Amino acid sequence: MDKTDDEMRNPSFKSGAATVDDVVIRAAVAEDVSDIADLDARSTGQLKRDYWQGLFDHISGHPATGRAFFVAESRGRLIGFICGEIRAFEFGSEPSGWVFALEVESSARVHSVGTRLFDFLADGFRRAGVNKVRTMLDRRNELVLAFFRGQGMMTGPFIQLEKDLE
Amino acid sequence: MKLQKATLCGLYAVTELAAHVDRQISAAEIAAKYDISLNHLAKVLRTLVRANVIESVRGVGGGYRFCGNAKRVTLYDLVMLFEEIGPSAQDAPPTDFAEGRALGKVLREIDEIALASLRATSIAALVKVIQKETAADPSAAKASHKLGANA
Ligand SMILES: CC(C)(COP(=O)(O)OP(=O)(O)OC[C@H]1O[C@@H](n2cnc3c(N)ncnc32)[C@H](O)[C@@H]1OP(=O)(O)O)[C@@H](O)C(=O)NCCC(=O)NCCS
Repeated sequence: MDKTDDEMRNPSFKSGAATVDDVVIRAAVAEDVSDIADLDARSTGQLKRDYWQGLFDHISGHPATGRAFFVAESRGRLIGFICGEIRAFEFGSEPSGWVFALEVESSARVHSVGTRLFDFLADGFRRAGVNKVRTMLDRRNELVLAFFRGQGMMTGPFIQLEKDLE
Repeated sequence: MKLQKATLCGLYAVTELAAHVDRQISAAEIAAKYDISLNHLAKVLRTLVRANVIESVRGVGGGYRFCGNAKRVTLYDLVMLFEEIGPSAQDAPPTDFAEGRALGKVLREIDEIALASLRATSIAALVKVIQKETAADPSAAKASHKLGANA
């Protein structure tokens, strides 16, 4: 009954030069932005350099305000990233940490890289004094939904609404 | 969302076995804990064995054991073993007038959210929620869990 799981069978960590033990999580620096944009483009099919540059500038310019951008690196190669920030009174809620983006290179998945990135960000939020972490994603994105549920997250009290503007 | 009694029995049995992968649990134990008739449970267990989610262990101390991948088997997979869920064209409001189409749109939205939650929740994630609930109220773990009579 197990799902066919391409990521599970991906051999890159097992047979390649790098192993999961080589993975280091560190704060993102300006030189990472183009690798982040490339990794995202490989996953989404869209290259959005300006978007990632803008997000990086927004986050890294204010490190003391609960904003954080981390990358996962294996032997000098960027294989994942996560970013988020603490937002106070957004939609009437108490301050909470928001995960804006999370991505792991497909060849490095299901080796806990995503979990380590998430834990890093969540620890930072905890240290900054908030006790809730939130995110928002497409309900058809079953993989990422399963990942966040695996971290113990459940549907929160907010409902996202939208309409076409004619 | 309302699930049928057999589905609930199946979910209870699977979570019970997945939470104790190190031991075999007899049908009688499961039936007693959740106040299910042994007959009814036996049928449910057979379905789960056929789907390779659990296996029966013979011999002294025999019983059932979880043998699936708790991180990959989802609530949706299990529910679908017992009942069809999701939008059914048959039950949808008629589409030949605007009111029916509008109502259908809202009902589909509700179904899609429910399905997304079931598809994204693995047995391992559910077991985590159970452990959290139990830690918050340890007495609840010992009580037997009656299945709703009208389920
Ligand atoms: C979601 C994602 C970040 C997970 O990264 P990862 O490094 O593979 O995650 P982990 O190895 O830490 O997985 C942790 C748990 O998540 C769940 N999970 C991860 N991949 C899964 C899969 N393919 N199927 C089901 N559950 C899965 C499991 O519970 C897993 O535990 P396990 O590894 O012990 O089985 C990665 O798959 C990804 O980048 N996906 C695309 C991201 C994307 O679409 N981003 C755009 C929107 S933000």
